[in-house]
Amino acid sequence: MTVTSLSQDRIAHTGRFSALLILACLSILPILVMLSTSLKTQRQIFNSDSSFFIVPTFENYRNVLEGRFLGYLTNSVLVSIVSTLVTLVLGTMCAYAMSRFSFAARSPIAVGTLLLRTIPPAVLAIPLYFILTPLRLEGLTGLTISYVALNLPFTIWLLYGFIEQIPTELEEAATIDGCGPYRLFFTLILPLLKPGLAAAAIFTFRIAWNELVLASILTNRASRTLPFGVYLFITDVGIDWGQLMAAGTLVALPPLIFTFVAARQIIMGLTAGAVKG
Amino acid sequence: MSLQRRLTPYVFAAPAVAIMVIGLFYPVVEALRLSFYEVRLGEPISPQAFRGLTIFLEAVQDPSVRDSMAVTLEFSVIVVTLEMVLGVGLALVLEAPIRGMTVLRTLFVLPMMIAPICVGLIWRYMFDVNVGPINGWLSILDLKPAWLAEPGLAFFAICVTDIWQFTPFVFVLALAGLQGLDRSAIEAARIDGASAWQTIVYVKLPLLAPILMITLLMRVIDALRGLEVVYAMTNGGPGLSTELFSLHIYKSAFVTQRMGYSAALSVCLLIVTTALSALLLTRTSPLRRLAR
Repeated sequence: MTVTSLSQDRIAHTGRFSALLILACLSILPILVMLSTSLKTQRQIFNSDSSFFIVPTFENYRNVLEGRFLGYLTNSVLVSIVSTLVTLVLGTMCAYAMSRFSFAARSPIAVGTLLLRTIPPAVLAIPLYFILTPLRLEGLTGLTISYVALNLPFTIWLLYGFIEQIPTELEEAATIDGCGPYRLFFTLILPLLKPGLAAAAIFTFRIAWNELVLASILTNRASRTLPFGVYLFITDVGIDWGQLMAAGTLVALPPLIFTFVAARQIIMGLTAGAVKG
Repeated sequence: MSLQRRLTPYVFAAPAVAIMVIGLFYPVVEALRLSFYEVRLGEPISPQAFRGLTIFLEAVQDPSVRDSMAVTLEFSVIVVTLEMVLGVGLALVLEAPIRGMTVLRTLFVLPMMIAPICVGLIWRYMFDVNVGPINGWLSILDLKPAWLAEPGLAFFAICVTDIWQFTPFVFVLALAGLQGLDRSAIEAARIDGASAWQTIVYVKLPLLAPILMITLLMRVIDALRGLEVVYAMTNGGPGLSTELFSLHIYKSAFVTQRMGYSAALSVCLLIVTTALSALLLTRTSPLRRLAR
């Protein structure tokens, strides 16, 4: 390789890197705008010299957390965690049945799951209200059930791929040693599925944490969750941008942290449908 | 095979299936049923309220429904086309492995991970006529467009937001696809003297086509499903200029309080998304083998 082509390579490399860096900045700039606005006073926001560098104030956060917001936060944490755990357990069990057993209902479940995966929440909201209200299941219980249902298809489908990769010899050996199917599942299969479970957990939690449409219809003042709580900061008399952005930042924080901690699982979850096929 | 052994898969599958029946399947059936009845929120469904298909007919003839369908069509065609072109284009240009790509890729997916309602509020602020940073930058040119108050500009704004949020999705998928391609075909093209452009058009894109098709379908379905971003940014306005169909369904439940009417609209959306989903199903999935 000649010297010129080497330096050309380096220029190309630097060019690519700069391009990617600019794109990454475009991706996060609006999020940083939200963060910086949440740290400004109302006066600083209206004196829009659009500067990032201000003496930060936590006034907005204090105001936000003084209101009903803390209650919404508790509801959101509860609904998200419970629905994630339930989805993971039920989803893995179902995926295991589909992977390791041949039974009559397998095909209908597979087709049904795949078709119901893309159902728009706007379609579900009203019928769910009609179904859950007579059962006195509106509020957090009904919302949790809805989120489990909403997340199961993706979870089953993701974990099915992981279970398929576990060699069946392991289970055969355990069965010969006298291990029953249920103990086998909980003591042998579940621990082997950790990477898949991590990816499924992040996606499930994120949907439950971010969901607005079903939450706005199925919850009342006491059972309201964060996304709709944030929306309520928009009032007819005007918007307190500082408080709104502080509330928004609090809602955005858990998914942002997850993304940094488990980037690999997230990319895997995103590409699972298309790339592995 | 013993009965106990035969029941085992049902024990494993039953809880998940039960929840999906309650939370997904039954609501779909209920939406279909509701769409034949004239009921208001809080009223029980009575036989006297049965209207047959008249509610559907009324819905499809409603000008506001047609308008919002047109807005949805225009919106999805524009954003999905641009996202595919930009995402795949960038992936092709920036394909070569690079140090620090893992970190950059993490930054790219952030817009998809945060709550859609946050995305909507962030961009509502970005495009705000008085305090928004975009008008802050434009003030250098002495411009002060009222982004969210003029139909054309508002439509432009929701498109920009969607492209910002989901171009990275296409980019990440196309990148993963490119990195999984069979290198020998590309190497063969290079040895045969194909230019970089020829390699892209005649080798890489055809090999990538299945993945791109799946990505496209996933994007279209999501564009039809989502409503939160627009709900937070413009709430469909001004007029009906940004009223996506899914948002129209959601609002009609509150505004008209007519549940049957709203359900009829939702059945229309469901038919489209399910058809696209079925198309997607024929293309991919680890469960495909089972679904046959």
